[in-house]
Amino acid sequence: MADRHVKAMTADIETPVFDTTAFTTPRPLRECTVAIVTSASLHHPEDDDFAPSDTGYRMLSAARRDYVMGHWSPNFDATGFALDINTVFPIDRLDELAAQGVIGGVADEHLAYAGNQFDLSGVRLDSGPAGAKQLVANGVDVVLLTPV
Amino acid sequence: MSTLAHVFEAEGLATVTLGSQRNQIANTAPPRGLWCDFPLGRPLGKPGDAEFQHRVLAHAFGLLGATEPVFETFAESIEDDGSEVLACPLPPRHDPDAHPAVDEVRGLRPAYDRAVARYGNRMGAGRVVDADHIADAVEALVRVATGTGWKEAGIPGVPARVAQDVRGYYETAALGLADHAPGAWAGTRWFFDHTEGGKVLLAAREAMRAAGVKQPIWFYMAPGDR
Repeated sequence: MADRHVKAMTADIETPVFDTTAFTTPRPLRECTVAIVTSASLHHPEDDDFAPSDTGYRMLSAARRDYVMGHWSPNFDATGFALDINTVFPIDRLDELAAQGVIGGVADEHLAYAGNQFDLSGVRLDSGPAGAKQLVANGVDVVLLTPV
Repeated sequence: MSTLAHVFEAEGLATVTLGSQRNQIANTAPPRGLWCDFPLGRPLGKPGDAEFQHRVLAHAFGLLGATEPVFETFAESIEDDGSEVLACPLPPRHDPDAHPAVDEVRGLRPAYDRAVARYGNRMGAGRVVDADHIADAVEALVRVATGTGWKEAGIPGVPARVAQDVRGYYETAALGLADHAPGAWAGTRWFFDHTEGGKVLLAAREAMRAAGVKQPIWFYMAPGDR
C-alpha cells in the first residue's frame, strides 16, 4: 500500500458544486485574528467523541495541547499528528507568527469538524454557519482550513 | 473542508484552504485554495519541521492578497512510494499458551506507554478500547478469524472503531520503538504487514467479508486499498 493508492481510491468521490463563490476581503494580515478549522475530528479528551456521520463541531482551546484524533476514516496517516500536532493543527506555528507580528493574533478557540461526510447538507445549512458565527463573535477575521 | 470555506466566506470570514487530494480541492473550488501534494493526514507536510510548516503557511496566507478566487499549488511535494516500513523490533514470545497476536500486544505495552509519555495519547487506544483491554479485543478478532460470527465473538464495540484502537495501539507503540520520525504510512505498513496483530485484523475482516457481512461493517476496519 502507498499514499497514491489511497488517493486514487478516493479521487473521484463526488464533490459539491457551488454556483457562486462568496469572497470576503480581509484587513491586512498583521491586523487579523486567525483561527484554525480542521476536518480532522480533533477534540479534547473530555469532549464527546465524533459519531460516524457527525456533522457537528468541537471547540479546541488555544491554551491547551491535549488534542485527540477522533476521525473514523482509516484512510490517512495519523502518526504525523501523533509526533507533532502542528502537522495537522499548526497552533504553535500561529503563535510564532503572532509573536513575529505577521498575524495580528491567534484566536482563543478553534474548531474541528469530521471530514469524510457523504451528506454535507447539515454542514452547509447548520453546523457550518453556526461555527462561522461563533468565530465571528469571537473576533476572528481569517480562517485556515486544514484537512487530513 | 472546501465546503466549509464557501460557508465561512458567506458569513464574513476570509479563508485559506489547504488540500492534499487535488481533485477534491480543485473541484470544490474554495475561494482561496492551496493544493499541497503531501500524504493524506499530513496537511502541513513534515512533523517536527517548523521551517517547512512555515513555508506552507507563508504560501497559504499569501493567497489572502488575491482579489478574486484563487487556486495554487505548493512548490514542494512529499511522495510516499510505499517502500518505507518501520524496522521495529518485535517482542519475543513470552506466553506460549497465548495466541501470538495476544502475546505480542502484551509485549508491546512498555513501548506504547513510552510513546504516550513522550507524545501524549493523540491517536492510540481509547476510542472504545483502552490500552488495558487491547489484548481482549485482539482475542475477539482471533475468534472471528477462526470462524465465530462477529456478533458472537465479543468484539467490544463497532468493529471499525475497535480496529482503529488496535491499529492506534500498535502505531503508537511503533513510535516508542522507532529511533526516527517515520514517514507517512510506514507505521501502518509495519502493523498490517509485519505484526501478528495486523494479520489477525485483516484475517477477521476477510472472514467477515466472506461470511456476507454488510460491507460498511468490515470495510472500514482497514485502509480501503487493503
